[in-house]
Amino acid sequence: MDNLSHIGTGLEPKTELELKLRRKTRISAAFRYTVLAVVGLMMIYPLIWMIGASFKTNAEMFSSPSFWPKEATVQGYIDGWKTSTPYTFGHFFLNSLWIIIPKVIGTAVSCTLVAYGFARFEFPGKKILFATVIATLLLPNVVTRIPQYLLFRDIGWLDSFLPLWVPSALAGDAFFVFMVIQFLRAIPRDMEEAARVDGATTLQTLIYIVVPMLMPALISVCLFQFMWTMNDFLGPLIYISSVEKYPVSLALKLSIDTTEAFAWNQILAMSVLTLAPSLTVFFLAQKYFIEGISTGGVKG
Amino acid sequence: MAELQLRAIEKTYGNGYKAVHGINLDVAEGEFMVLVGPSGCAKSTTLRMIAGLETITRGEVRIGNQVVNDLVPGKRGIAMVFQNYALYPHMKVRRNLSFGLKLKRYAADKIESSTQEVSGILEIEELLERLPKELSGGQAQRVALGRALIKQPEVFLFDEPLSNLDAKLRASMRVRITDLHKRLRKEGRPATVVYVTHDQVEAMTMGDRICVMKDGHIMQVADPVTLYERPANAFVAGFIGMPEMNLVPAMVSRDGSARITIDGQSILTDGLEGRIGGTTGPVTLGIRPQHLEVVETGAENAFTGEITNLEFMGHEVNLHASVGSATFVAVVPSELFDRTLERGDSVGLRPLGPRIHLFDVESGENISLSPQANDTIREETKK
Repeated sequence: MDNLSHIGTGLEPKTELELKLRRKTRISAAFRYTVLAVVGLMMIYPLIWMIGASFKTNAEMFSSPSFWPKEATVQGYIDGWKTSTPYTFGHFFLNSLWIIIPKVIGTAVSCTLVAYGFARFEFPGKKILFATVIATLLLPNVVTRIPQYLLFRDIGWLDSFLPLWVPSALAGDAFFVFMVIQFLRAIPRDMEEAARVDGATTLQTLIYIVVPMLMPALISVCLFQFMWTMNDFLGPLIYISSVEKYPVSLALKLSIDTTEAFAWNQILAMSVLTLAPSLTVFFLAQKYFIEGISTGGVKG
Repeated sequence: MAELQLRAIEKTYGNGYKAVHGINLDVAEGEFMVLVGPSGCAKSTTLRMIAGLETITRGEVRIGNQVVNDLVPGKRGIAMVFQNYALYPHMKVRRNLSFGLKLKRYAADKIESSTQEVSGILEIEELLERLPKELSGGQAQRVALGRALIKQPEVFLFDEPLSNLDAKLRASMRVRITDLHKRLRKEGRPATVVYVTHDQVEAMTMGDRICVMKDGHIMQVADPVTLYERPANAFVAGFIGMPEMNLVPAMVSRDGSARITIDGQSILTDGLEGRIGGTTGPVTLGIRPQHLEVVETGAENAFTGEITNLEFMGHEVNLHASVGSATFVAVVPSELFDRTLERGDSVGLRPLGPRIHLFDVESGENISLSPQANDTIREETKK
């Protein structure tokens, strides 16, 4: 009996086969992690280099290949923040926010309404209208730039934020409409029917029942719109002409244009700042974001 | 509470498919009406038309003498329980229950007292602060029931509410729902119920009356006993009862009393007198497995069959036998079953005369129904 007492306690000596298997697993894991680490580093290296370089002096920037600054300085941040214009970089950040916030809200509201209509109701011409939405999704943005520009010029909206806000507030971003429709299709209709039996109107059903269930998708929509608008360069470049109204994407380019010898450390420092909001928002909302893009979040 | 009337209800879909063919149905005040039928018989569609979740192509739905065709579901005075509960996933049980009352702008204290009362009846008080995803299937279905009950509707609609539960829970919920219905009746506020199911056990045990449907037509509306003893047609006869009623092609001829011939074998039977008039020729013979006596081979007025299968069910044995090209199932109580019988053996099968049904080959109508027949069956049952 004594000889058997160690069985099942986890303390029994390892057999030859067990040791062999364990060695094999370890080698395999080491190999996989090495490959992952190398490829991952290649992807993230430009970002690391940029952050490192933003603390370098302009002179050191191209003399040393290392991303670690020899003498770290925040001078790039201080000078970059001042900019070569009468405005500080903070002003441009506020401009960006002023573009982004109404645009994100408008997108969320309009996309929900349009997607709800397409996903849940039958109406004449639905097929053609939906095909149109999908067609705009496939159309390259560039194609519509000139007609759009002419349109907004004739209305007199140039050099204002309206050309950036209004199309989104009218569900102009077909991608988001499509995304919300797909998400809605995966949600069973029973809850909405139960709400109708409970006496809710169509709008009440949307607000009290559908929107809460759509939350993961809507958060993804808002995140995407936030990041894309933050990074959008072409839109503001075309429609906004006065420096006072520039968002950060244009302000960054501004410092390249106006200085004769480019102060790269300033540009990089401001680029790091520009990236910060998107990254922060992404990491904060990562959980919902993933839930939203992998559609069908409601479990029975 | 109110009565519900369906008048020549039709449903045709956009693609031209006609799902419901002019249904007429009256559900009395406080009555428990079960709609039952195989899948695709449009029972759920009919229920959804009553609820207002499907449009009515033609005909009228009246609730308490008011035509509700054009009313939205919320204004029809109905409450519905769905198969997969359809609880609002982001609301706690308490809000799930009170959502309908809130929309109707009831006072907060009224909502609170109603919530307490309903959760007391359904024993869900301790679940009030939970989210639907934290509930088991049975609990979720009780909450769904509560959400219907709290509104004190004119008519309750149930759409296969127990299908998602396991067998044991289903049995207890069945009792709970019928008890609740009786309790409300006793308290003087009887509930009119329309209950859709595909499960004949639910139908037979719960319904005051049962409406059997097939392909968008009503086959028979009757109380469970009538449905079982006097099926109006071969479809109802085959649908109600476990195992299914034996339905086999046969010939009827006159030889003093009625003579039934199946694939060359013929027997005399006395139970059909006064039921089938002068009918002769081809018919469909219907006899329930419980009413088929297993006797010795060559016994009087019995078919001779060969055993093709024996199913031991515990309390009884299902004996499958072939008579020529026809197959029969007979149910024998285990203690009366001759254990020496094996597959391939010959047995005698004697149908109980008064329990024989004959159906028209073309229309499937029961041609052996008559007032006397009912009396004969009653007397037989008393014995």
